[in-house]
Amino acid sequence: MSKLTRRAFIATGLLAGGGIALGIAIRPDSDTKKFAELLDKQDSPEGILVNAWLKIRPDNSISVILPHVEMGQGAHTALAMMMADELDADWSTVSIEQAPAHEAYSTYHVAREFLLPSQVPEILEDTVNGAFLQIAKQMSLQITGGSFSIRSTGERTMRVYGATARQLFVQAAAQQWDVPEAELTVDNSMVIHEASGRREPFVSFAAAIANQRGEIRPKLKTPEQYKLMGKPIARLDAPAKVNGTATFGVDVELPDMLYATIQHTPVFGTKVKSYDEAGIRQLKGVEKVVNLGNAVAVIADSYWTAKKAIPLLNIQYTTPDTIEETSQAIFAKQSKVLDEVDAGGESENDFDIGEGLAAFKDAESTLDVEYRLPILAHACMEPMNCTAMVVPDSSAIEVWGGFQNGLRVRNHMVKALGFDKDKVKINTTYLGGGFGRRSTTDYPDQAARLAQAVPGRPVKLIWPREEDTRQDVYRTQSIGRFRAALNNERQPIAWESLYVDKNEPQEASTLPYAIPNQYGHFVQAPSHVPFGPWRSVDHTQHAFFIESFIDELANEAGEDPYQFRRKLLKDLPRDVAVLDRVASMSNWDQPLPANHGRGIAIHEAFGTKVAEVVEVAVTGAKLDIKKVYCCADPGFAVHPDGFKAQMESGIIYGLTAAVYGDIQIESGAVKQSNFHDYKMLRMHEAPDIEIEIINSGANLGGGGEPSTPPVSPALVNAIFNATGKRLRELPVSKVFNSFA
Amino acid sequence: MFNLTVNGEAHTVDVDADKPLLWVLRENLKLTGTKFGCGLAQCGACTVHIDGSPMRSCITPISLADGKSITTIEGIAPEQEPHPVQQAWLDHQVPQCGYCQSGQIMSAVALLQATPSPSDAQIDAAMKGNICRCGMYGRIKGAIKTAAGQAVAKPTLFDPATDKATV
Repeated sequence: MSKLTRRAFIATGLLAGGGIALGIAIRPDSDTKKFAELLDKQDSPEGILVNAWLKIRPDNSISVILPHVEMGQGAHTALAMMMADELDADWSTVSIEQAPAHEAYSTYHVAREFLLPSQVPEILEDTVNGAFLQIAKQMSLQITGGSFSIRSTGERTMRVYGATARQLFVQAAAQQWDVPEAELTVDNSMVIHEASGRREPFVSFAAAIANQRGEIRPKLKTPEQYKLMGKPIARLDAPAKVNGTATFGVDVELPDMLYATIQHTPVFGTKVKSYDEAGIRQLKGVEKVVNLGNAVAVIADSYWTAKKAIPLLNIQYTTPDTIEETSQAIFAKQSKVLDEVDAGGESENDFDIGEGLAAFKDAESTLDVEYRLPILAHACMEPMNCTAMVVPDSSAIEVWGGFQNGLRVRNHMVKALGFDKDKVKINTTYLGGGFGRRSTTDYPDQAARLAQAVPGRPVKLIWPREEDTRQDVYRTQSIGRFRAALNNERQPIAWESLYVDKNEPQEASTLPYAIPNQYGHFVQAPSHVPFGPWRSVDHTQHAFFIESFIDELANEAGEDPYQFRRKLLKDLPRDVAVLDRVASMSNWDQPLPANHGRGIAIHEAFGTKVAEVVEVAVTGAKLDIKKVYCCADPGFAVHPDGFKAQMESGIIYGLTAAVYGDIQIESGAVKQSNFHDYKMLRMHEAPDIEIEIINSGANLGGGGEPSTPPVSPALVNAIFNATGKRLRELPVSKVFNSFA
Repeated sequence: MFNLTVNGEAHTVDVDADKPLLWVLRENLKLTGTKFGCGLAQCGACTVHIDGSPMRSCITPISLADGKSITTIEGIAPEQEPHPVQQAWLDHQVPQCGYCQSGQIMSAVALLQATPSPSDAQIDAAMKGNICRCGMYGRIKGAIKTAAGQAVAKPTLFDPATDKATV
């Protein structure tokens, strides 16, 4: 596929007051009038899609309509930059509108990236887009996740439709002014004809292009033509986030609103057996107690009233069926399952390179180690919450909140709760953190059912922090067994990965190293603890396993861990480049004081290569994480300061987990409850971080997640370098009890 | 009935004596800039100033705020004229998800009122009660130093209107 042109099918329309909406049409004969009707028959394979990505208002200002949510990752600003740059728009007039949760805004490109990660031949692109749009609709995808927004929606939608709009304005001006298109330029939302001195704002061509339909092949800019992309531009959401006016889900305030909070059954999979409302009769302000099956919620005049009511209800729970009662029991079960594989039992194949396991027969010696990783909660700063209102005697509902997949929430309202598809309105706010947690439908489902209990009144359900910690969907615990066959020079000739539980993405468990024989396999051994995507998903455990083990192999070979990796990555220039840069940033070759150590790790996640060096000082049980160096190659950083911030963010998120993250199961339930026992890294414990970006020109990679995976192995590698002690289990607070 | 002054404005609220100030601000006075994070004074998202001192409003019953003067994020500066600390936050592009930032800024404003030119250790001590799950501790520290007039590296931002970098 050419980098410079992409096909776009357009549909434009006049807005009230004389503005323009520029839309996307999957098929050239799209007709806006058919839109609603066709959406009623969404199973029709001939579905026509017309909707707006871009509005130009009568005052020539611009709205970019985004299907992705803003949860801190900076996608709103970066996506708007991509559209505005191709459009040559006046950035000072650009604002953002959140797209509705609607099939028309399915993030079908996201679906396509998940299902067909490689580039699609251009000739197939239209067909593929059409086919994948159908899939995205059926899968209810309007996802913000997988570090996909910029590289997928940005590249394939924002830039293409920005360039398309620019071309339409140029064509219209050429016709009106009777001059060749080649003599026209566009700058700051104006079409300019230098020779005659004519300058007109975009919006003055609204009528001329209002009924444009059909195919257009916009020419996209090359990097040297970018005016916005690649520049550190101030985030559009920052001002509202420093003056308290940004609206998060928890901030939604509506007339006549009620407040609610909730107590779930502590053990996953159990039900509410009974509760007694006698205890709350004296409590003024309680509106209703609702049994939600696996939880009891109290609706009241205040969150505080509802919160006080919960412990007075004497809620009893059903006894769980057979489950593993403790984290240790879950590990024991996983261990048993892996023992069975090691004894010749069945496993699922992950990868098989060279002679695979057979190569172990030539081993001079072997290295055989086991790593264990704990359960992690997401701990978004904003506890789960959702507001809903059901219109009395109707099948209509309106929902407000922060959702990573608003369309899935909408479809849940229809399919699970029976609301009329055309009468479900989802309002998406800013998200006070997402990290994968807000891609579920549990909390909107609850809010909707509470709203059904008090029709006509909006209900804001807010989970206490304790419920947020104990009712998460978790990065589940896992065991990885890693083995290498070494030759007589103590170099690895074969590698085996055996682990429990594979989720997404498929490639997370593969290694970049040129070890000739590799075999990966796994067994699914889920416990009753619910799984959910946790910032970078499977990359979190596999980067830890692989980058710890390669460090152990370097040690076995008696080689420097940076040079050892470099040797095995020599045919991967982007890997070598980030590794070399981070080594130089960290003065890798310079000696450190006594008790200090450096650890290195490299990992690719979501198309971005990241190498990190962690520097530590260890004194007895005190671990001081002094500094983290990070070099990342996302191909091209569209919004470089935002990308850097995400690297910093992912590092602290990963370090928090590596240092403290340890959700424990006791009597089948989560033991931890709040930030005193599920600790977060704080300012005095956080290291200085230095980030450098390499714009290699490769296909765009993601930004929200890729810096998280390498930091935990880099940390344990640094501890090994400082102390000679290899930690094969996280968190490191099992060994160290003081951090600085 | 409790009387309190919030951002210079007198209010009387009729609520339970144990209702935390946080929920009075958010529910009764509709000042939602102050955030709920933990309910246990563990995260700092609910930080406000009570008679000038930074306090966790999630564990402060309204009865203890009776007769006091409260300042929230909405009250430290007019919306169009950021407080120097807010401006420093913008200079350093601190907010990511932004949820903790009201509390962070209120802690920082209080720190700088008490200690106009804090050391790193003083910044750590004043800010360690405020969790940022987006991990912007480095930027927060940098912004505090900028607000204190100390020399510190800032992100170079590019202003498309002037086609120039602003430092």
